[in-house]
Amino acid sequence: MTTLIIISVLPIVLLYLGLYKMQKALLPVTILGLLAALVAAVMQWGDNAEPIYNGMLLFNNFSIAFSVVSIVSTILILLLSKGYFEKISSHIAEYYAIILFALAGIIVMVSYHSLVMMFIGIEIMSVSLYILAGIRKNDFASNEAALKYFLMGAFSTGFLLFGITLIYGASGSFDLDHIRDYVALHPRDIDPIFFTGILLIIVGMCFKVGAAPFHFWTPDVYEGAPSLITLFMSTVVKVAGFAAFLRLFSASFILMTDFWAPVLMVITIITLFIGNITALYQQSFKRMMAFSSISHAGYLLFAIVAIGAGSANAIFVYATAYSIASIVAFGALILVRQQTGSDNFDGFNGMAKRNPFLALVLTVAMLSLAGIPLTAGFIGKFYMFTGALSQYKFWLVIIAVVNAIISIFYYFRVIIAMYFRSADRAEVEVPPYYKFVLGSAALATIVIGVYPSIISALI
Amino acid sequence: MTVSILLFLPIIAALVVLLFKNEVAKHVALFFAVVELAIALFFLSGFVADASTQYSIDVPWIPTVGVYFSAGIDGISMLMVLLTTVLVPLIILTTYKHEYKNAPAFYALILFMQAGLLTVFTALDGFLFYVGWEAALIPIYFICTLWGGENRIRINIKFFIYTFAGSLFMLLGIIFLYLQTPGKVYDIHAFYNLSLDAAHQNWVFWAFFIAFAIKMPLFPFHTWQPDTYTEAPSAGTMMLSGIMLKMGIYGVIRWLIPNAPVGFLQWQNLVMILSVIGIVYASLIAFNQKDGKRLVAYSSIAHVGLIAAGIFAWTTQGVQGAMIQMLSHGINVVGMFFIWDIISRRLNTRDISQMGGIAKVAPNFSIAFLIIVLGTVALPLTNGFVGEFLLLKGVFHYNIWFAAVAGLTIIFGAVYMLRMYKNVMQGETNAVTVAFADIDGSEKLVLGIICVLIIAIGVYPQPLLHISEAAVTNLVQTVSAKFINSKF
Repeated sequence: MTTLIIISVLPIVLLYLGLYKMQKALLPVTILGLLAALVAAVMQWGDNAEPIYNGMLLFNNFSIAFSVVSIVSTILILLLSKGYFEKISSHIAEYYAIILFALAGIIVMVSYHSLVMMFIGIEIMSVSLYILAGIRKNDFASNEAALKYFLMGAFSTGFLLFGITLIYGASGSFDLDHIRDYVALHPRDIDPIFFTGILLIIVGMCFKVGAAPFHFWTPDVYEGAPSLITLFMSTVVKVAGFAAFLRLFSASFILMTDFWAPVLMVITIITLFIGNITALYQQSFKRMMAFSSISHAGYLLFAIVAIGAGSANAIFVYATAYSIASIVAFGALILVRQQTGSDNFDGFNGMAKRNPFLALVLTVAMLSLAGIPLTAGFIGKFYMFTGALSQYKFWLVIIAVVNAIISIFYYFRVIIAMYFRSADRAEVEVPPYYKFVLGSAALATIVIGVYPSIISALI
Repeated sequence: MTVSILLFLPIIAALVVLLFKNEVAKHVALFFAVVELAIALFFLSGFVADASTQYSIDVPWIPTVGVYFSAGIDGISMLMVLLTTVLVPLIILTTYKHEYKNAPAFYALILFMQAGLLTVFTALDGFLFYVGWEAALIPIYFICTLWGGENRIRINIKFFIYTFAGSLFMLLGIIFLYLQTPGKVYDIHAFYNLSLDAAHQNWVFWAFFIAFAIKMPLFPFHTWQPDTYTEAPSAGTMMLSGIMLKMGIYGVIRWLIPNAPVGFLQWQNLVMILSVIGIVYASLIAFNQKDGKRLVAYSSIAHVGLIAAGIFAWTTQGVQGAMIQMLSHGINVVGMFFIWDIISRRLNTRDISQMGGIAKVAPNFSIAFLIIVLGTVALPLTNGFVGEFLLLKGVFHYNIWFAAVAGLTIIFGAVYMLRMYKNVMQGETNAVTVAFADIDGSEKLVLGIICVLIIAIGVYPQPLLHISEAAVTNLVQTVSAKFINSKF
């Protein structure tokens, strides 16, 4: 709870700092505030949490683990933002504040205990993101991204809200436990609108996490938004979306897996293929990452399709691995773009000779995204496959394997460009805090890959 | 002393090598490879040749999901450890005449790969086995692509995807077995104790078989192999053919057949046929090769086909033959690729038709070449003979006709190998070959060691056979007992 309060108050402090033109203090204050929130979250670890505020929120270990991942990712992303927002506009306090507002929404999303809070959390986050996607006011693509994201997001919110009302109509409660009890008490006579409600919620959530066939906003928004915001969207936001998704389905709808698991399974398969096959044909690194993030949404959906005791852990490990690898990838992209002015693969040509460090960390990130052993990404896939196989979903796993193989092509394109192609360019300048963030993220990727026990036993 | 020293030393060595400069890196790498060999020999000296697993280590790794860092050496693993630790220093020595760009990275990758290979050969935990399997693949991909020939990018991505695809299916097989174990562990003995029904064993069989068939490679999964071997730098080719393909064969012996005995029994005929087809097919293609390195690559497919047939026949002799032949093939093929490395470095071509008469100008070289050729064609009193004899005996027990066709490999091998030798070494020297300098220094050393090994193993193979005999007998009998039980 302290975490949520700190993260909600912090942006207001930042806005005042902006008002008094204390630009230099913004980043340190943000980081310190987030670290305080992090400590507050960790302090609550292991407590036997009870729902608070009349069952509105529940800060259990699940919430704390995902809050920690979100906060740490945000800290790393904000460290990359030093000097980034200044180039866009002079009112940078707002940007920090809006990112933190989004984070506050995310904390609510991972700790709700009532559908109302889930909706509020998602909306706080989404509204902040609509603004963030459009912060390059004079850039056509950024405006397109913001508008597209807003329209699609509003549309999906409608589905979500409609689904929530139908669930409420059938069960008479927004409380997750009450809804579960309703299902348990009415094994044969569940109201048909309850089923409709579940389907509508699935549609709404799939929109938010960018799963096919509700993914159409993803590539354009990811490409149009400034890279740092894209990074925030594809990591923290996506992870929170999945945490919220899983929390709802494991808490309330777990007794009805026979009904919704086949639906999600179809969505998973479509998501995997669309994400991977489209990513193959991209010339832009950023767009490739956008489509690859769709395919990763497919892998993350595994944990919900094969819902069980290990699902939370699987999503947690996968999401952590995916987030830190994405931070490296986008961090490198931001640096390369500053030099070449484009997001294309060509920009990475010959990087191994000029920037061996950058090439090495990006290679680790790509191997992790591709799921090669000794990286965190492999551990994530390993948990996902284990979960699905434990429910004898052979064909689903085989399709996932085929997709993992396809993904090798486009992740290795980056490695091939860096190591095996050459280009006449100067060295990319890597600022020290980039070195710190990218280096520690790559190190974490390997440490988790070699010794996953440090995070995998948390939930 | 546990096997963990063998597994971690190469990783440490790889990191240390990175600290050195270009010229010194190879010496440092060689030093560590020799230390590794010394440790392996020390293990051998204390090794008791019974069916037990020795020098074991078993510590929790990811205990929440039943993953243990569990490895050890039994007779089968011992031979594989010897193969790896003997060949890696030799392979490093063969690179002494090369000037590689970023030499520290090159040698670090070789040493890192050695760690992966040794993990595969000693792992007793399914997860660890898989990790070692992939840990060996990443370095060789970079070795082949960074220091390889012209078409290296396209060919090596094909190689990588092919093998990675296979291993992912294997991962599914391993996870599936894990989920069936009562205690939810990846321990290989728990896997052995499972008695799954035939349908599930079918899944497991194919999941493992595809991975191993691609790695060996077995017909029709071999299409990546000739290109990759040809385009890789010589040291990479040697690592691939000398050691890495043995991962697949070892996997069949240790992980495929014992884990899915009934599944294997259902498909035994098919995989035998594939192996035999591979032998004949690869031999026929080898006849027409003009590029020496490519010829050796195809001959390797033929030899591996025979090893596979010997294992799939699943008799003690066949598997013993496979063990000794893995060792012999590793030595011979490294020698053969080194021969072609020397030739192509001196002449800047590998086209057999342009050569001739080298024996006249390079007598030492021609002797070494001849001994390696004779070892490869399995002449009695060379190492190749012992293995191929036992393998054929194993196949013979299974089916006499298969043995007859598989036996063609010896005849075919003799034809294309001796013809290659004749075209390259004998006859008159020409403009290309007249200035061929004889071998010296490190080349002499490597070829000398290889020739001594070829003859020594050929004359007196008993000590090596003895190392694996108890373990192989035990394994074959345990699994064969399951065949019988399944029929009732």
